[in-house]
Amino acid sequence: MVVPDEHFFRREAGRLLATLTRILGVHNLALAEDVVQDTLASAVEVWTFRGVPEHASAWLMTAAKNRAISVLRRERTVRKFAPELGRLLDSEWTLKPVLDEQFLPRALKDDELRMMFSCCHPKLQQDVQVALILYLLCGFSVGEVASAFLVTHEAMEKRISRGKKLLAKSKKLFELSTDDFAPRLSVVHRALYLLFSEGYHGAHPEQVVRVDLCHEAMRLARLLVDHAPAATPATHALAALMYLDAARLPGRVDEAGDLTALFDQDRSRWDANLIAEGLQLLEASAAGQEITEYHVEAAIAAVHAAAGSPEQTRWGDIVSLYDSLMRIRPSPVVALNRAIAIAQHLGPAPGLEALQSIPEADRLSAYPFYSAALGEFELRRHRRDVAREHFRTAHGLARNEAERRFLERRIAACEA
Amino acid sequence: MSEFLYLYRNPANSQFAPDSPHQLQERLAKWTAWFKDLEAKQHIKSPGHPLESKGAVVKDKRGTVTDGPYAESKDIIGGYSLIEAKDLAQAAELARGCPIFEHGGVVEVRPIRQM
Repeated sequence: MVVPDEHFFRREAGRLLATLTRILGVHNLALAEDVVQDTLASAVEVWTFRGVPEHASAWLMTAAKNRAISVLRRERTVRKFAPELGRLLDSEWTLKPVLDEQFLPRALKDDELRMMFSCCHPKLQQDVQVALILYLLCGFSVGEVASAFLVTHEAMEKRISRGKKLLAKSKKLFELSTDDFAPRLSVVHRALYLLFSEGYHGAHPEQVVRVDLCHEAMRLARLLVDHAPAATPATHALAALMYLDAARLPGRVDEAGDLTALFDQDRSRWDANLIAEGLQLLEASAAGQEITEYHVEAAIAAVHAAAGSPEQTRWGDIVSLYDSLMRIRPSPVVALNRAIAIAQHLGPAPGLEALQSIPEADRLSAYPFYSAALGEFELRRHRRDVAREHFRTAHGLARNEAERRFLERRIAACEA
Repeated sequence: MSEFLYLYRNPANSQFAPDSPHQLQERLAKWTAWFKDLEAKQHIKSPGHPLESKGAVVKDKRGTVTDGPYAESKDIIGGYSLIEAKDLAQAAELARGCPIFEHGGVVEVRPIRQM
């Protein structure tokens, strides 16, 4: 018997919903959701007793098609469906062949992409876009999205239904062949970047890293890479940065679930396959004139990936890459990372200087790793007491147990 | 070895929120693992089938038909399997591992009457 991989149902839910939404029309999103839910629930019933079929994915698509046909038969007089199918759905003679056509592989090709672009409607706030992507495209339930973003079920329900309401007004999924494509693609990039960062750096109280979220972001970035119009240099750079950062995940959290700083990671645990794939993507990203923030971040990750140890790292390169990033997309967190690279490259005193000259440093005052960096540099200057105070401040700001334990170890290091 | 019928009974007025794809996946994994285990120990005569929740009840010879299964019943049979076990005690013991309890159902274990 075939046992589907652990995210099979989530992935299929997204695919099925995208296709059904195209066929039934975005204004019938709720109906499409019902059809998907029924299809999956019924598949689980049957597969429980009869085993998972060999072509499980095709099986689900056929089951969804049959359900869609019966929904259309039942509701065609009371609802309007996708405008482009028009009156073809009105007649019993044309309904089935039209539906068969709509479910052919070449018709399915762009559905997920169109749904992804639809979720990133510029009128929606970014947090709504990301929530919609997880909910509609990644098959997360409202509760699962809520816990990923640390908001209540009720608040997430509101956020998602706000997004769905706006989608429903658009009648059909985003058309990939319009002038809106390029600007919308950059909104999509941003949303996927946020999704990945939330998984990688998010402030979840129990799990430091939510690998699920990182993997979903990578899967969707891969979809963009594999679809010609979306496979721009920026898309490649975004995917490269995700792959190269994700390669370090096995070293970032140790067996006890504790955070390990980049400097102390066991680099033999980094994922060599992801690094190789990431470097390939990075190479493909070098095709155009434009240098995006994703290019720069991917390049930074590539420098780390290439170094066998912190000492062998080309910190000078990293500092100048952070200089570029400050020009393209300045932020206090980028400035903080730049200061850390300067300390590695030139020593703790210049590092401290860079930290203290961060514009809007007050925006970092609640961020534990700002104080932690101050502590780190002071400790290297052998000012243990000052360092300890900074680590204590950071400890007070820590957002989860893993961060607290990490900072406790740094406080202890000041005693030695 | 004797044969037994497992009837999987689910609550009729199921108030369960629809399962997320992730939960469906977990449910399938649990059931599959349970069946596999029974199969490995050679207790499965036939895995059986799931049943649709809607059907008809024919009440008499004249053909009085009502919507089934049983409007007055508190639960609906969601499926069945044919099991081989030493005796009723063992068949009941084996049913304890069934994942149905997690979603509020029960397993009815009925010995098949032999000639």
